[in-house]
Amino acid sequence: MRVVFTANGRRVEADDVWEGESLLYVLRERLGLPGSKNACEQGECGSCTVYLDGEPVCACLVAAGQAEGREVRTVEGLAGEDGLDPVQQAFLDAGAVQCGFCTPGLLVQTHALLERDPRPADADIREALSGNLCRCTGYEKIMDAVRLAAARRAGEGAQG
Amino acid sequence: MTPLRTEKNLVKITTDHPHGVGTDAARPDGILKVRGEFAYSSDLWAEDMLWGTALRSPHARARIRSVDVSRALAVPGVHAVLTHEDLPGVKTYGLEIQDQPALAVDQVRHHGEPVALVAADHPETARRAAAAIAVDYEVLEPVCTEEQALDPERYGYVHAPGEYRGKASGNVLHRQRVVSGGGVTDEVRARADVVVRGTYEVGMQDQAFLGPESGLAVPAEDGGVDLYVATQWLHVDRRQMAPVLGLPEERVRITLAGVGGAFGGREDLSMQIHACLLALRTGRPVKVVYGREESFFGHVHRHPARLRYEHGATRDGRLVYVDARIVLDGGAYASSSPAVVGNAASLGVGPYVVPHVSMEALALYTNNPPCGAMRGFGAVQACFAYESQMDRLAAALGTDPVELRRLNAVEEGDALPTGQRIDSPAPVAELLRRVKALPLPPAAGADLREMPGALSNTTHGEGVVRGVGYGVGIKNVGFSEGFDDYSTARVRLEVVGGEPVALVHTAAAEVGQGGVTVHGQIARTELGVERVTIHPADTGVGSAGSTSASRQTYMTGGAVKMACEAVREELFARGRARHGWTHDDLSLAGGKVVSEAGGVLASVADLLGDDAIERTREHHHRPTQPFDPETGQGFGHVQYSFCAHRAVVDVDVELGLVKVVELAAAQDVGRAVNPGAVVGQIHGGSVQGLGLAVMEEVVTEGGRVRNPSFTDYLIPTLLDTPPQPVDVLELADPHAPYGLRGAGEAPTLSSTPAIVSAIRAATGLALRRVPVRPEHLTVRRPEEG
Repeated sequence: MRVVFTANGRRVEADDVWEGESLLYVLRERLGLPGSKNACEQGECGSCTVYLDGEPVCACLVAAGQAEGREVRTVEGLAGEDGLDPVQQAFLDAGAVQCGFCTPGLLVQTHALLERDPRPADADIREALSGNLCRCTGYEKIMDAVRLAAARRAGEGAQG
Repeated sequence: MTPLRTEKNLVKITTDHPHGVGTDAARPDGILKVRGEFAYSSDLWAEDMLWGTALRSPHARARIRSVDVSRALAVPGVHAVLTHEDLPGVKTYGLEIQDQPALAVDQVRHHGEPVALVAADHPETARRAAAAIAVDYEVLEPVCTEEQALDPERYGYVHAPGEYRGKASGNVLHRQRVVSGGGVTDEVRARADVVVRGTYEVGMQDQAFLGPESGLAVPAEDGGVDLYVATQWLHVDRRQMAPVLGLPEERVRITLAGVGGAFGGREDLSMQIHACLLALRTGRPVKVVYGREESFFGHVHRHPARLRYEHGATRDGRLVYVDARIVLDGGAYASSSPAVVGNAASLGVGPYVVPHVSMEALALYTNNPPCGAMRGFGAVQACFAYESQMDRLAAALGTDPVELRRLNAVEEGDALPTGQRIDSPAPVAELLRRVKALPLPPAAGADLREMPGALSNTTHGEGVVRGVGYGVGIKNVGFSEGFDDYSTARVRLEVVGGEPVALVHTAAAEVGQGGVTVHGQIARTELGVERVTIHPADTGVGSAGSTSASRQTYMTGGAVKMACEAVREELFARGRARHGWTHDDLSLAGGKVVSEAGGVLASVADLLGDDAIERTREHHHRPTQPFDPETGQGFGHVQYSFCAHRAVVDVDVELGLVKVVELAAAQDVGRAVNPGAVVGQIHGGSVQGLGLAVMEEVVTEGGRVRNPSFTDYLIPTLLDTPPQPVDVLELADPHAPYGLRGAGEAPTLSSTPAIVSAIRAATGLALRRVPVRPEHLTVRRPEEG
């Protein structure tokens, strides 16, 4: 089948898609967007988290056909033309990236968290990101990164 | 060769940060990683590529009567179906012992053993074709337990006597004894006022790296193959692959693709041979990407262990003896079991002075999943047992468990049971003092999410008891027992755009730890340049050894330092020849050659001109010795690493639910080359220990794996993980580059016993097995009173 949707603001189409393919597979293998990761492919690890019509979802659990006509935003679509998103920069500055395989999903999930709750308490961060597994960092520097991103966004808001 | 779609990080990573050794320099691959543009091994793609998959055994032990691939070959889109009969070279491989078939030959010895391969134009086609292969198995009773393995005449041989390649006999794969102080005799026992005995069990833990085994094999015009893969040691992969592929090593070229974590699980081969076989057979690039279930079958796990310990001490708390036996389940194939045994035996009493030791460690062949390297490597299992024993001893003596440990702690100059004297700082007592002195966290607040059971709303604080526990461990750094795990580095200094640039080329596997970061830091420090380019890791340069054993900063970092020094000396020699410098205090800073007496003498750019200086150096650590097989005596280890933990837990004693409230660590790292990365290693290692303490176990039943998924094998999430204060000491090791001490593994040892100790403090239960499960806390067993 043919699947057409919007990925990071660009109209994309994939041909000869087998009905069993996930949105994750189509992004990674057919559309040249391998940033979303394939760590478990059953919705447990969060490494494939993308926005689907503005809601964070596991792309491995979305059938490719379900994306038809909808808006998908992946980690590749987080940075603006003027540089990294504050969440991306905070993950680098806090040392929250080691192997980086969980990073794309965590970035999208953190981005979504801060969109709905700009100054989350630690317990809120832990709950919001509990669906995103990381095996390298022990999560401490991820907590630092989210706090840093929230503080910077708040600072920017005050200045703007 | 065929171009790869996403090869940015395979080409070159350039840094221009002026951060040298001892700073929190940024990762050169960081921006690619946060942009989603870093090319992991599962992201590779080539024109016309096929997908490879393996058919794996559903049985733990069976004879293969026949394999019929005809239905698979008939599936449209299938390009090749291979069995062991298609292997062009030898049929077995292995890290230390070549006992593992690349594809099963007439029998399978563990659940998930690969039997056949398929290449097809779509991964689903490949999977369906693999399912269409008809294998006629004669299922046999598996050898699963210690009792069964030690009685092969009754229960069977995992490797028949004619095929046995282990280092002992029967189903024993390797055995190492350590006897010191004349051993533990009746006369020695009589000197102890207090004796504690315990038998402990450690479950099978999985590395659970997030990036699945994967890679892309591309057939080459010279009849060889180029492989892009996530691994821990490129050269040892090649050494194992080439004979099976029937190719000379130089025609097997390997380049490191992006690695999504490793933790020991990528030391053995997984899909490397399979992808290359399919590529060579079909003449097309072949990509293999494991799903999570296949990943559980595709790599070795941490050895499950049964450990019997007896400690004797005087009334004032001095250890008199330790008598112990450690039995490790090696599973069906050897992997790195012999070295794991060596570690368990030589480090088995922990960081304590013990006058009399009688220790035996052994690994068994069974039909359970193969076990091998995982962070902590044989020292983890022992640490849970000896630290549990130290707590029991403290209780028997009525003394404080931390003070008992401090009283017996090794110091620099002390001898370990192997006879090896520790000849660099060993601040074990100080690390314990530091974690104990940290302020304790406050009692849980009103937020349900901070309670055991958390959002499941199982308690509002009733039935919840707090406990505090401690642990400390000792880990070796680098490969041991006489092995020369040298590292190679090539450094090139040249002028690019009027500025000196250092190119660092090693085969070291960057698996997330930040090796590429510290190589840049070292080059900046040694050559005074700002810009450093990290060449992709490949087999075009000499071996860097394995990214394991906490060794890469020490070994390959040391090689980069040596190569930089050689480049620097050549630069100075040119300056002396050209300008007649007589200063004996030359150094490089800010792109200039400087002398304290003579000031700035020349710019590196002027001195080099269009020329480049390139030097390659091998870094060998000081030699070690094999352990004597009967006494374990020998200068076996390169360096030791120590970490201490304090764990604070809340336990719902009615429901058996545990919440780790805080996990504090103190560790000596000699010199923190990148302090932020060091703390990151301690956090990550500690949480893997937390997982072993209360969550993680590969459950087997008759050798079959019951939970090969992240739905059923649970690793810690952010909600399971507490705040982790870390105290880093830097007491330089005079034998090591920059005085550094390998840091990656020690935190994984002591975190597990510290957490279990805290749970014991909260519940009063003996808890002799990890992971601790709710039923261990709620169902009282007779032996636990």
